Amino acid sequence: MPYLSLTDEDRGSLLRTIGVRSLEDLIKDIPASLRNARISLPEGLSEPEVRALITRLGRKNTTTQDCLSFLGAGSYEHFIPAAATEIAGRQEFLTAYTPYQPEASQGTLQAIYEYQSLMTELTGLDVSNASHYDGATALAEAALLTLRQTDRSKVLVARSAHPHYRETLRTYLTGTPYTVEEFGFDANGNFDRNAFASKLDATVGGVIFQTPNFFGVMEDLEGVSEKIHANGSLMILTADPLSLGVFKSPREWGADIAAGEGQPLGLSMEFGGPYLGYFVVSQALMRRIPGRLAGLTEDADGKRAFCLTLQAREQHIRRERAGSNICSNQALCALAACAYMTLLGKKGMREIGEINCDRAYYLRQKIAKTRNFQVNTTQPIFNEFRVISKKPFAEVELKLKTQRFFPGVRLETFYPELKDQFLVCATETKTKEDLDQFAEALSQC
Amino acid sequence: MLISKDDRLSFEKSKPGRRGVTLPRERFCSADPLQTVPKHLLRQSPLLFPEMSESDIIRHFINLSRKNFSVDTHFYPLGSCTMKYNPKVNEWAAHQEKFTALHPLQSEETTQGILEILYEMEEGLKEITGMDRFTMQPAAGAHGELTGMMLVHAYHASRGDKARRKVLVPDSSHGTNPASAALLDFHVVEVASDAHGCVDLKDLERHLDEQVACLMLTNPNTLGLFEKNILEIARLVHEKGGLLYYDGANLNPLLGLARPGDMGFDIIHVNLHKTFSTPHGGGGPGSGPVGVKKHLIPFLPAPLVEKAKEGYRWAKGDPRSIGRVKLFHGNIGVIIRAYTYLKVLGREGLLKVSEAAILNANYLKEKLKPYFQVAINGPCMHEFVLSLKSCGAQGVHAGDVGKRLLDFGFHAPTVHFPMVVPEALMIEPTETESKETLDLFVEAMKQIAHEIETDPENVRQAPFTLPVRRPNDVLAARKPILSYRDMVREKALAAEVAA
Repeated sequence: MPYLSLTDEDRGSLLRTIGVRSLEDLIKDIPASLRNARISLPEGLSEPEVRALITRLGRKNTTTQDCLSFLGAGSYEHFIPAAATEIAGRQEFLTAYTPYQPEASQGTLQAIYEYQSLMTELTGLDVSNASHYDGATALAEAALLTLRQTDRSKVLVARSAHPHYRETLRTYLTGTPYTVEEFGFDANGNFDRNAFASKLDATVGGVIFQTPNFFGVMEDLEGVSEKIHANGSLMILTADPLSLGVFKSPREWGADIAAGEGQPLGLSMEFGGPYLGYFVVSQALMRRIPGRLAGLTEDADGKRAFCLTLQAREQHIRRERAGSNICSNQALCALAACAYMTLLGKKGMREIGEINCDRAYYLRQKIAKTRNFQVNTTQPIFNEFRVISKKPFAEVELKLKTQRFFPGVRLETFYPELKDQFLVCATETKTKEDLDQFAEALSQC
Repeated sequence: MLISKDDRLSFEKSKPGRRGVTLPRERFCSADPLQTVPKHLLRQSPLLFPEMSESDIIRHFINLSRKNFSVDTHFYPLGSCTMKYNPKVNEWAAHQEKFTALHPLQSEETTQGILEILYEMEEGLKEITGMDRFTMQPAAGAHGELTGMMLVHAYHASRGDKARRKVLVPDSSHGTNPASAALLDFHVVEVASDAHGCVDLKDLERHLDEQVACLMLTNPNTLGLFEKNILEIARLVHEKGGLLYYDGANLNPLLGLARPGDMGFDIIHVNLHKTFSTPHGGGGPGSGPVGVKKHLIPFLPAPLVEKAKEGYRWAKGDPRSIGRVKLFHGNIGVIIRAYTYLKVLGREGLLKVSEAAILNANYLKEKLKPYFQVAINGPCMHEFVLSLKSCGAQGVHAGDVGKRLLDFGFHAPTVHFPMVVPEALMIEPTETESKETLDLFVEAMKQIAHEIETDPENVRQAPFTLPVRRPNDVLAARKPILSYRDMVREKALAAEVAA
């Protein structure tokens, strides 16, 4: 074990100073019956051996770099600037703890503060926390927040929102006095306005929409926030943050809370995590936002300084009366996103949105021309869209797999009624040749 | 000047026309698709992001990083946080493209390598903790606790045992324990510590009844003491039909020595970012796998990985499962790091870790005893607590000692926790520190003890060598300025007032 520093001589010296003969004298409180459990683990490996093992395991995976992937559905393949990777890899950020000692953590604190500033700018809302676990958990806690704020019992969620978000929400509300109800979507995958309006009653504390929704459709939320607010409820919007350089922000739609997944902001897909839950609220909800907040202040010499603030909301102060139990968050992911957004800057954030649209629209148009696949070419989308296959999707997938394509995410897994339909995602990572090749392969199916 | 004095935000360094990255110019569509999108779906308000060159951005962030203490630069004896060294081969492993470029919804046959890691990590955790099955979904310790409370709720509900609305926590517990229980609408009741800092058995018995759903326990507790009555505690709780939850924050000193599963715990979470050496990232990401005994397996979040003849696969979920607690499968990158660590550790490494963690803590305690009051006498496990109560006359608080330590190049211990000890300084050296480092720390503490006697003002005013000194947190909370936009608004307001 190369990570331990005590030599045999040190151990002897330590024991002498402590005044005991052996370790056994220090652990007498552990009942004898608990000792000597038989632990079956292999011997430790040297670094060359462990690297060989990891390499061997890695080879058992076929990645989105080994194949041409059109998978999306909540985790997206995007270009990550080399400079962003360098910044997030800085060991002084990586191996630091939560910035409870502000003098020893101005780096982390200012970076969080800049992340919060970028997120408020992007969403248009007023107060961003320092990060949450991921989109699904951020959304679930956002729902809890609306219920506490309104003192109501029910949260409504569009069935066009990510199925895993909705499942996590149900998990979080089980065992609480709160309930969750869903409203459906129409044939084109837009949320059903009538179903939404009919379910909006005096028990509803919060309403959740996603845009682009799970089907990739940019939801038209015209008039929605007015209805929700007239009902005394709050509106939660979960948006792909990378779409917000181009598409309407949560504030512009009238949302009270923007909560969702920040992975598109420069985090790799990594088989599902670590990702970044973003959580931004209107000023009125500032004192109810869960998680850490970095704030600006002055130090004892009147210099600009940053520190964690409004901590009286949090578990380590308020214990069972805290609004959330969150402690560890996804700080390093927020830092990576902060670096990413800073690198893209004002122009880049707009351009990346335009390019994603361009790639997805181009591919959609190409697929529209195939014989066996059907798409809606008039719906506004960002970088993902639904494809209806005239052939069994399993067959299509199998055929494309042999040509080294990951054709997309099967919708029937999540919506049993959507047979032989799949989601196709195309981001700025795809070249024209990639898209042409894929459309060509589909036209051969 | 080693550390840049420039404290401007990126926004304040922005200049129109600069950019940090260039993107493809080519568009594939013949006409701009956004022209076909209804106008009211498009963003109207300008996006006021900073405009900076790549080189300026790199310098900006690298200079920020230098304003941090970190394990790689400083001794970080933060109690209950297990700030051990974060091995670099773990980073190497997690950054392999064969893992980072995996989509979470890929098929099983294309993800055999990562499924094997998840499976093997679970097997390792089962061996080390004595539990029967783990979910890898929870993203952090508190997320694990919440998952645990959901399991407690589901278990009792499945038995029609609806009266169990009470969760017991020791008065020395982490704040996340009561906060997690409260999220499930449990009524939280505190159990007192006895004179030795352990659970007061009489008080526990007083609170134990048919309404108790669960007792949450950290063992060793936050005073660094092993709960020597743990078997009796488990018997008492189980006798009344309650469950026992293990907060794994302090698992490190038990590696290879004793297992929570053998102590009678029904549910446990493990902090991979503590015991399994993954970096804290300035607050996260962590990973908090939750393990259970057989009777609770059906309730675990689905899906779980299983090993079949033809390879690894996602098991079919049990209808009794509490459901998913996370967007996808967990903080995989963190789990890969922990797995790599476990492989380097091996069976014989477990004991070496716990032994060195315990020796280092006891050595520090012994060396500091002449200068500071130890909260509880006798041997400790991986950490111990000092009390600065006797420094009240000089007006020096535990937090002041923490601040002064920064000047000596040591991160502060955990201060003012656990709450059962007045003026607490909680010190956890971890197993990776050398005797030489510990001795330097002792020298610094010795000097601070001397200063408390001779020049307490110096301790109260510290630190003197860092970019800032004693940020005013009262001001920060009274007038929250939480973003660049808030700053601009404040400034405009101030200008208006001045005019």
